[in-house]
Amino acid sequence: MTMNDNARERQELEELLPWHAAGTLSRGEAKRVVDALARDPELARHYDLVREEMIETIHVNEALRAPSARTMDELFRKIDAEPARRSMPRLNLAARFGEFMASLTPRTLAYASGAAVLALLLQAAVITGVVINERGGGYQTASAPATAPVEGSYAMIRFAPQASAGDITRFLESNKLSVVSGPAAGGLYRVRVAVTGIPKGELARVVKQLQQDKTIDFIAAVE
Amino acid sequence: MQTASDEVLIGRIADGERLAMQVLFARHHVRVYRFVLRLVRNEAVAEDLVSDVFLDVWRQAGKFEGRSAASTWILSIARFKALSALRRKGEQELDEATAETIVDEADDPQATMEKKDKSEILRKTIASLSAEHREIIDLVYYHEKSVEEVAQIVGIPEATVKTRMFYARKRLGELLKAQGVDRGWP
Repeated sequence: MTMNDNARERQELEELLPWHAAGTLSRGEAKRVVDALARDPELARHYDLVREEMIETIHVNEALRAPSARTMDELFRKIDAEPARRSMPRLNLAARFGEFMASLTPRTLAYASGAAVLALLLQAAVITGVVINERGGGYQTASAPATAPVEGSYAMIRFAPQASAGDITRFLESNKLSVVSGPAAGGLYRVRVAVTGIPKGELARVVKQLQQDKTIDFIAAVE
Repeated sequence: MQTASDEVLIGRIADGERLAMQVLFARHHVRVYRFVLRLVRNEAVAEDLVSDVFLDVWRQAGKFEGRSAASTWILSIARFKALSALRRKGEQELDEATAETIVDEADDPQATMEKKDKSEILRKTIASLSAEHREIIDLVYYHEKSVEEVAQIVGIPEATVKTRMFYARKRLGELLKAQGVDRGWP
Protein backbone atom coordinates (compact mmCIF):
# COMPACT_ATOMS: atom_id res chain seq x y z
CA MET A 1 0.00 0.00 0.00
CA THR A 2 1.42 3.41 -1.00
CA MET A 3 1.42 6.50 1.20
CA ASN A 4 -1.41 7.93 -0.91
CA ASP A 5 -3.45 4.79 -0.37
CA ASN A 6 -2.78 4.97 3.35
CA ALA A 7 -3.82 8.61 3.48
CA ARG A 8 -7.00 7.88 1.53
CA GLU A 9 -7.83 4.92 3.76
CA ARG A 10 -7.24 7.04 6.85
CA GLN A 11 -9.47 9.84 5.49
CA GLU A 12 -12.25 7.36 4.70
CA LEU A 13 -12.10 5.94 8.21
CA GLU A 14 -12.10 9.42 9.74
CA GLU A 15 -15.23 10.25 7.72
CA LEU A 16 -17.02 7.11 8.92
CA LEU A 17 -16.48 7.82 12.63
CA PRO A 18 -19.73 9.79 13.18
CA TRP A 19 -21.84 6.96 11.72
CA HIS A 20 -19.89 4.44 13.75
CA ALA A 21 -20.73 6.41 16.90
CA ALA A 22 -24.39 6.50 15.89
CA GLY A 23 -24.40 2.78 15.10
CA THR A 24 -25.63 3.27 11.55
CA LEU A 25 -22.78 1.66 9.61
CA SER A 26 -23.13 -1.67 7.86
CA ARG A 27 -21.59 -4.61 9.70
CA GLY A 28 -18.64 -4.69 7.29
CA GLU A 29 -17.90 -0.98 7.62
CA ALA A 30 -18.28 -1.11 11.39
CA LYS A 31 -15.73 -3.93 11.58
CA ARG A 32 -13.36 -1.94 9.41
CA VAL A 33 -13.62 1.01 11.79
CA VAL A 34 -13.28 -1.15 14.90
CA ASP A 35 -10.11 -2.75 13.52
CA ALA A 36 -8.66 0.65 12.64
CA LEU A 37 -9.50 2.07 16.08
CA ALA A 38 -7.64 -0.81 17.71
CA ARG A 39 -4.43 -0.15 15.80
CA ASP A 40 -4.52 3.67 15.46
CA PRO A 41 -4.48 5.61 18.78
CA GLU A 42 -4.85 8.96 17.02
CA LEU A 43 -7.99 7.77 15.23
CA ALA A 44 -9.27 6.46 18.58
CA ARG A 45 -8.71 9.91 20.10
CA HIS A 46 -10.70 11.47 17.24
CA TYR A 47 -13.44 8.94 17.89
CA ASP A 48 -13.66 10.20 21.48
CA LEU A 49 -14.20 13.72 20.07
CA VAL A 50 -16.95 12.40 17.81
CA ARG A 51 -18.71 10.77 20.75
CA GLU A 52 -18.43 14.01 22.70
CA GLU A 53 -20.03 15.90 19.78
CA MET A 54 -22.78 13.31 19.51
CA ILE A 55 -23.67 13.53 23.20
CA GLU A 56 -23.88 17.32 23.07
CA THR A 57 -25.87 17.31 19.81
CA ILE A 58 -28.42 15.02 21.41
CA HIS A 59 -28.49 17.34 24.41
CA VAL A 60 -29.04 20.40 22.20
CA ASN A 61 -31.98 18.72 20.46
CA GLU A 62 -33.51 17.21 23.57
CA ALA A 63 -33.38 20.61 25.26
CA LEU A 64 -35.81 21.91 22.62
CA ARG A 65 -39.38 21.81 23.81
CA ALA A 66 -42.02 19.66 22.14
CA PRO A 67 -44.59 21.34 19.89
CA SER A 68 -47.86 22.43 21.49
CA ALA A 69 -51.17 20.59 21.14
CA ARG A 70 -52.15 23.28 18.66
CA THR A 71 -50.01 21.47 16.05
CA MET A 72 -52.14 18.32 16.13
CA ASP A 73 -55.39 20.29 16.29
CA GLU A 74 -54.29 22.28 13.27
CA LEU A 75 -53.35 19.14 11.36
CA PHE A 76 -56.71 17.46 11.89
CA ARG A 77 -58.57 20.68 11.11
CA LYS A 78 -56.75 20.67 7.75
CA ILE A 79 -57.43 16.96 7.23
CA ASP A 80 -61.13 17.52 7.93
CA ALA A 81 -61.15 20.25 5.32
CA GLU A 82 -59.70 17.86 2.72
CA PRO A 83 -62.09 16.46 0.12
CA ALA A 84 -63.46 13.03 1.03
CA ARG A 85 -60.96 10.40 0.02
CA ARG A 86 -61.91 7.55 -2.22
CA SER A 87 -60.02 4.43 -1.23
CA MET A 88 -57.08 4.20 -3.62
CA PRO A 89 -55.26 0.97 -4.46
CA ARG A 90 -52.09 0.89 -2.44
CA LEU A 91 -48.80 0.58 -4.24
CA ASN A 92 -46.97 -0.89 -1.31
CA LEU A 93 -47.61 -4.59 -1.64
CA ALA A 94 -44.81 -5.37 0.79
CA ALA A 95 -46.52 -3.36 3.53
CA ARG A 96 -49.85 -5.06 2.80
CA PHE A 97 -48.20 -8.46 3.00
CA GLY A 98 -46.43 -7.42 6.22
CA GLU A 99 -49.74 -6.27 7.69
CA PHE A 100 -51.39 -9.57 6.78
CA MET A 101 -48.52 -11.60 8.25
CA ALA A 102 -48.48 -9.50 11.41
CA SER A 103 -52.16 -10.30 11.94
CA LEU A 104 -51.47 -14.04 12.08
CA THR A 105 -50.63 -15.85 15.30
CA PRO A 106 -47.37 -17.88 15.40
CA ARG A 107 -49.42 -21.09 15.35
CA THR A 108 -51.40 -19.99 12.30
CA LEU A 109 -48.15 -19.00 10.63
CA ALA A 110 -46.71 -22.44 11.33
CA TYR A 111 -49.76 -24.13 9.78
CA ALA A 112 -49.64 -21.75 6.85
CA SER A 113 -45.96 -22.47 6.20
CA GLY A 114 -46.67 -26.21 6.39
CA ALA A 115 -49.52 -25.75 3.94
CA ALA A 116 -47.27 -23.76 1.61
CA VAL A 117 -44.63 -26.48 1.67
CA LEU A 118 -47.19 -29.16 0.90
CA ALA A 119 -48.72 -27.05 -1.85
CA LEU A 120 -45.25 -26.86 -3.40
CA LEU A 121 -44.76 -30.61 -3.07
CA LEU A 122 -48.17 -31.24 -4.65
CA GLN A 123 -47.43 -28.81 -7.43
CA ALA A 124 -44.13 -30.56 -8.11
CA ALA A 125 -45.89 -33.90 -8.14
CA VAL A 126 -48.54 -32.65 -10.58
CA ILE A 127 -45.94 -31.11 -12.88
CA THR A 128 -43.89 -34.29 -12.82
CA GLY A 129 -46.99 -36.30 -13.61
CA VAL A 130 -47.92 -34.02 -16.49
CA VAL A 131 -44.41 -34.20 -17.94
CA ILE A 132 -44.33 -37.99 -17.69
CA ASN A 133 -47.76 -38.25 -19.32
CA GLU A 134 -46.84 -35.82 -22.09
CA ARG A 135 -43.68 -37.72 -22.85
CA GLY A 136 -45.66 -40.91 -23.29
CA GLY A 137 -44.91 -43.02 -20.27
CA GLY A 138 -45.99 -46.22 -22.04
CA TYR A 139 -48.29 -47.94 -24.44
CA GLN A 140 -52.04 -47.49 -23.98
CA THR A 141 -54.83 -49.09 -25.88
CA ALA A 142 -57.50 -46.81 -27.22
CA SER A 143 -60.07 -48.56 -25.08
CA ALA A 144 -58.12 -48.36 -21.82
CA PRO A 145 -59.55 -45.95 -19.17
CA ALA A 146 -57.67 -42.66 -18.89
CA THR A 147 -57.15 -43.09 -15.17
CA ALA A 148 -57.12 -46.10 -12.98
CA PRO A 149 -59.82 -46.21 -10.30
CA VAL A 150 -58.67 -44.64 -7.05
CA GLU A 151 -57.79 -47.43 -4.67
CA GLY A 152 -55.84 -47.63 -1.45
CA SER A 153 -56.07 -46.79 2.20
CA TYR A 154 -56.18 -43.21 3.43
CA ALA A 155 -55.75 -41.07 6.52
CA MET A 156 -56.29 -37.42 7.39
CA ILE A 157 -53.20 -35.73 8.79
CA ARG A 158 -52.43 -32.40 10.38
CA PHE A 159 -48.74 -31.62 10.71
CA ALA A 160 -47.25 -30.26 13.91
CA PRO A 161 -46.81 -26.44 13.80
CA GLN A 162 -43.11 -26.72 14.55
CA ALA A 163 -42.47 -29.27 11.75
CA SER A 164 -40.18 -27.89 9.09
CA ALA A 165 -40.41 -28.55 5.37
CA GLY A 166 -37.53 -31.01 5.73
CA ASP A 167 -39.30 -32.85 8.57
CA ILE A 168 -42.48 -33.21 6.50
CA THR A 169 -40.62 -34.41 3.41
CA ARG A 170 -38.65 -36.98 5.44
CA PHE A 171 -41.83 -38.16 7.16
CA LEU A 172 -43.68 -38.66 3.87
CA GLU A 173 -40.76 -40.40 2.19
CA SER A 174 -39.78 -42.69 5.04
CA ASN A 175 -43.38 -43.87 5.47
CA LYS A 176 -44.06 -44.06 1.72
CA LEU A 177 -47.00 -41.68 2.05
CA SER A 178 -48.35 -39.41 -0.62
CA VAL A 179 -50.52 -36.36 -0.18
CA VAL A 180 -53.72 -36.68 -2.18
CA SER A 181 -55.51 -33.46 -1.28
CA GLY A 182 -55.60 -30.57 1.16
CA PRO A 183 -55.22 -28.53 3.11
CA ALA A 184 -58.84 -28.72 4.19
CA ALA A 185 -60.38 -26.88 7.14
CA GLY A 186 -58.18 -27.20 10.21
CA GLY A 187 -55.04 -27.69 8.12
CA LEU A 188 -55.90 -31.33 7.36
CA TYR A 189 -54.38 -33.25 4.44
CA ARG A 190 -55.62 -36.50 2.92
CA VAL A 191 -52.70 -38.88 2.50
CA ARG A 192 -52.55 -42.31 0.93
CA VAL A 193 -51.17 -44.78 3.45
CA ALA A 194 -51.20 -47.84 1.16
CA VAL A 195 -51.74 -48.25 -2.56
CA THR A 196 -54.21 -51.09 -1.93
CA GLY A 197 -57.03 -51.37 0.50
CA ILE A 198 -55.87 -52.92 3.75
CA PRO A 199 -58.01 -54.33 6.57
CA LYS A 200 -59.32 -51.81 9.08
CA GLY A 201 -57.34 -53.36 11.92
CA GLU A 202 -54.13 -53.14 9.94
CA LEU A 203 -54.86 -49.52 8.94
CA ALA A 204 -55.52 -48.61 12.57
CA ARG A 205 -52.16 -50.14 13.56
CA VAL A 206 -50.33 -48.16 10.85
CA VAL A 207 -52.07 -44.94 11.85
CA LYS A 208 -51.21 -45.52 15.53
CA GLN A 209 -47.57 -46.03 14.56
CA LEU A 210 -47.52 -42.84 12.46
CA GLN A 211 -49.07 -40.95 15.38
CA GLN A 212 -45.81 -41.47 17.31
CA ASP A 213 -43.88 -39.27 14.87
CA LYS A 214 -43.25 -35.77 16.22
CA THR A 215 -44.04 -34.37 12.77
CA ILE A 216 -47.70 -35.30 13.31
CA ASP A 217 -50.16 -33.24 15.29
CA PHE A 218 -53.24 -35.27 14.37
CA ILE A 219 -53.93 -38.38 12.29
CA ALA A 220 -57.04 -40.52 11.74
CA ALA A 221 -57.88 -43.31 9.30
CA VAL A 222 -60.59 -42.48 6.75
CA GLU A 223 -62.66 -44.46 4.28
CA MET B 1 -48.35 -6.71 22.34
CA GLN B 2 -47.74 -5.99 18.68
CA THR B 3 -47.43 -2.43 17.39
CA ALA B 4 -48.07 -1.61 13.77
CA SER B 5 -44.99 -0.64 11.80
CA ASP B 6 -44.79 2.82 10.28
CA GLU B 7 -45.25 1.25 6.84
CA VAL B 8 -48.46 -0.46 7.94
CA LEU B 9 -49.71 2.80 9.45
CA ILE B 10 -48.99 4.66 6.21
CA GLY B 11 -50.96 2.00 4.33
CA ARG B 12 -53.91 2.62 6.61
CA ILE B 13 -53.52 6.37 6.23
CA ALA B 14 -53.69 5.85 2.47
CA ASP B 15 -57.08 4.24 3.10
CA GLY B 16 -58.15 7.34 5.00
CA GLU B 17 -57.83 6.02 8.57
CA ARG B 18 -57.53 8.95 10.98
CA LEU B 19 -56.49 6.82 13.93
CA ALA B 20 -53.43 5.59 12.01
CA MET B 21 -52.60 9.23 11.29
CA GLN B 22 -52.80 10.06 14.99
CA VAL B 23 -50.47 7.17 15.87
CA LEU B 24 -47.92 8.11 13.21
CA PHE B 25 -48.09 11.75 14.29
CA ALA B 26 -47.57 10.80 17.94
CA ARG B 27 -44.53 8.74 16.98
CA HIS B 28 -42.73 11.30 14.88
CA HIS B 29 -43.96 14.83 15.47
CA VAL B 30 -41.48 15.79 18.20
CA ARG B 31 -38.43 14.84 16.14
CA VAL B 32 -39.87 16.45 13.03
CA TYR B 33 -40.57 19.61 15.02
CA ARG B 34 -37.04 19.73 16.41
CA PHE B 35 -35.57 19.11 12.96
CA VAL B 36 -37.46 22.00 11.37
CA LEU B 37 -37.05 24.25 14.40
CA ARG B 38 -33.27 23.90 14.12
CA LEU B 39 -33.58 24.98 10.48
CA VAL B 40 -36.10 27.83 10.72
CA ARG B 41 -35.34 28.90 14.32
CA ASN B 42 -38.86 30.08 14.99
CA GLU B 43 -41.20 28.03 17.17
CA ALA B 44 -44.47 29.27 15.65
CA VAL B 45 -43.21 28.73 12.11
CA ALA B 46 -41.89 25.28 13.09
CA GLU B 47 -45.28 24.27 14.53
CA ASP B 48 -47.08 25.38 11.36
CA LEU B 49 -44.57 23.42 9.32
CA VAL B 50 -45.11 20.24 11.34
CA SER B 51 -48.83 20.26 10.64
CA ASP B 52 -48.07 20.98 6.96
CA VAL B 53 -45.60 18.08 6.85
CA PHE B 54 -48.11 15.60 8.26
CA LEU B 55 -50.83 16.94 5.99
CA ASP B 56 -48.53 16.02 3.11
CA VAL B 57 -48.08 12.57 4.65
CA TRP B 58 -51.89 12.25 4.72
CA ARG B 59 -52.14 13.30 1.09
CA GLN B 60 -49.17 11.36 -0.25
CA ALA B 61 -49.51 8.15 1.80
CA GLY B 62 -50.81 6.22 -1.21
CA LYS B 63 -47.60 6.99 -3.09
CA PHE B 64 -45.26 5.81 -0.33
CA GLU B 65 -43.56 2.69 -1.60
CA GLY B 66 -41.55 1.78 1.46
CA ARG B 67 -38.20 2.03 -0.31
CA SER B 68 -36.89 4.10 2.59
CA ALA B 69 -37.79 4.20 6.26
CA ALA B 70 -40.94 6.19 6.96
CA SER B 71 -38.96 8.57 9.20
CA THR B 72 -36.56 9.27 6.32
CA TRP B 73 -39.49 10.01 4.01
CA ILE B 74 -41.12 12.31 6.58
CA LEU B 75 -37.85 14.17 7.25
CA SER B 76 -37.41 14.66 3.49
CA ILE B 77 -40.83 16.33 3.36
CA ALA B 78 -39.98 18.36 6.48
CA ARG B 79 -36.72 19.60 5.00
CA PHE B 80 -38.42 20.66 1.78
CA LYS B 81 -41.12 22.51 3.70
CA ALA B 82 -38.60 24.23 5.98
CA LEU B 83 -36.42 25.44 3.10
CA SER B 84 -39.49 26.62 1.19
CA ALA B 85 -40.67 28.56 4.25
CA LEU B 86 -37.26 30.17 4.64
CA ARG B 87 -37.23 31.20 1.00
CA ARG B 88 -40.82 32.41 1.10
CA LYS B 89 -40.37 34.61 4.11
CA GLY B 90 -36.99 35.80 2.99
CA GLU B 91 -35.66 35.06 6.41
CA GLN B 92 -31.95 35.36 6.67
CA GLU B 93 -30.32 32.39 8.26
CA LEU B 94 -28.04 32.93 11.16
CA ASP B 95 -24.89 32.24 9.25
CA GLU B 96 -21.46 31.52 10.55
CA ALA B 97 -20.45 35.16 10.46
CA THR B 98 -23.28 35.90 12.88
CA ALA B 99 -22.35 32.93 14.99
CA GLU B 100 -18.78 34.15 15.20
CA THR B 101 -20.03 37.58 16.21
CA ILE B 102 -21.82 35.97 19.12
CA VAL B 103 -18.64 34.16 20.02
CA ASP B 104 -16.64 37.37 19.81
CA GLU B 105 -19.01 39.02 22.24
CA ALA B 106 -17.87 36.61 24.88
CA ASP B 107 -15.03 37.25 27.25
CA ASP B 108 -11.51 36.29 26.36
CA PRO B 109 -10.98 32.53 26.03
CA GLN B 110 -9.59 32.12 29.53
CA ALA B 111 -12.53 33.96 31.08
CA THR B 112 -14.94 31.95 28.97
CA MET B 113 -13.42 28.73 30.24
CA GLU B 114 -13.75 29.94 33.78
CA LYS B 115 -17.43 30.73 33.39
CA LYS B 116 -18.65 27.84 31.35
CA ASP B 117 -17.66 24.28 31.12
CA LYS B 118 -16.57 22.67 27.92
CA SER B 119 -19.91 20.91 27.34
CA GLU B 120 -21.82 24.14 27.45
CA ILE B 121 -19.45 25.78 24.96
CA LEU B 122 -19.71 22.75 22.70
CA ARG B 123 -23.53 22.88 22.78
CA LYS B 124 -23.58 26.59 22.07
CA THR B 125 -21.16 26.14 19.20
CA ILE B 126 -23.15 23.24 17.71
CA ALA B 127 -26.26 25.42 17.86
CA SER B 128 -24.46 28.26 16.10
CA LEU B 129 -23.17 26.29 13.10
CA SER B 130 -24.40 27.21 9.61
CA ALA B 131 -27.77 25.71 8.60
CA GLU B 132 -26.05 23.27 6.24
CA HIS B 133 -23.70 22.01 8.95
CA ARG B 134 -26.36 21.98 11.69
CA GLU B 135 -28.61 19.96 9.47
CA ILE B 136 -26.14 17.21 8.72
CA ILE B 137 -24.88 16.99 12.30
CA ASP B 138 -28.47 16.67 13.57
CA LEU B 139 -29.38 14.04 10.98
CA VAL B 140 -26.36 11.88 11.80
CA TYR B 141 -26.07 12.30 15.57
CA TYR B 142 -29.65 12.96 16.70
CA HIS B 143 -31.86 11.43 14.03
CA GLU B 144 -29.45 8.48 13.59
CA LYS B 145 -29.62 8.49 9.82
CA SER B 146 -27.20 6.41 7.77
CA VAL B 147 -25.09 7.87 4.97
CA GLU B 148 -27.64 6.60 2.44
CA GLU B 149 -30.60 8.04 4.34
CA VAL B 150 -28.95 11.46 4.76
CA ALA B 151 -28.27 11.42 1.02
CA GLN B 152 -31.99 10.79 0.39
CA ILE B 153 -33.16 13.49 2.78
CA VAL B 154 -30.72 16.19 1.69
CA GLY B 155 -30.68 15.15 -1.97
CA ILE B 156 -26.92 14.90 -2.38
CA PRO B 157 -24.60 11.99 -3.30
CA GLU B 158 -23.40 9.72 -0.49
CA ALA B 159 -19.78 10.81 -0.98
CA THR B 160 -20.86 14.42 -0.49
CA VAL B 161 -22.70 13.45 2.69
CA LYS B 162 -19.45 12.10 4.16
CA THR B 163 -17.34 15.08 3.18
CA ARG B 164 -20.03 17.56 4.33
CA MET B 165 -20.15 15.89 7.73
CA PHE B 166 -16.36 15.92 7.89
CA TYR B 167 -16.22 19.65 7.13
CA ALA B 168 -19.05 20.38 9.57
CA ARG B 169 -17.02 18.70 12.31
CA LYS B 170 -13.89 20.48 11.19
CA ARG B 171 -15.70 23.83 11.32
CA LEU B 172 -17.00 22.97 14.77
CA GLY B 173 -13.42 22.33 15.91
CA GLU B 174 -12.26 25.67 14.49
CA LEU B 175 -15.08 27.57 16.20
CA LEU B 176 -14.29 25.84 19.47
CA LYS B 177 -10.62 26.71 19.14
CA ALA B 178 -11.62 30.35 18.61
CA GLN B 179 -13.29 30.16 22.01
CA GLY B 180 -10.29 28.67 23.70
CA VAL B 181 -11.32 25.03 23.52
CA ASP B 182 -8.51 23.34 21.64
CA ARG B 183 -9.38 19.69 21.13
CA GLY B 184 -6.25 19.02 19.09
CA TRP B 185 -8.28 18.57 15.92
CA PRO B 186 -8.33 19.95 13.30
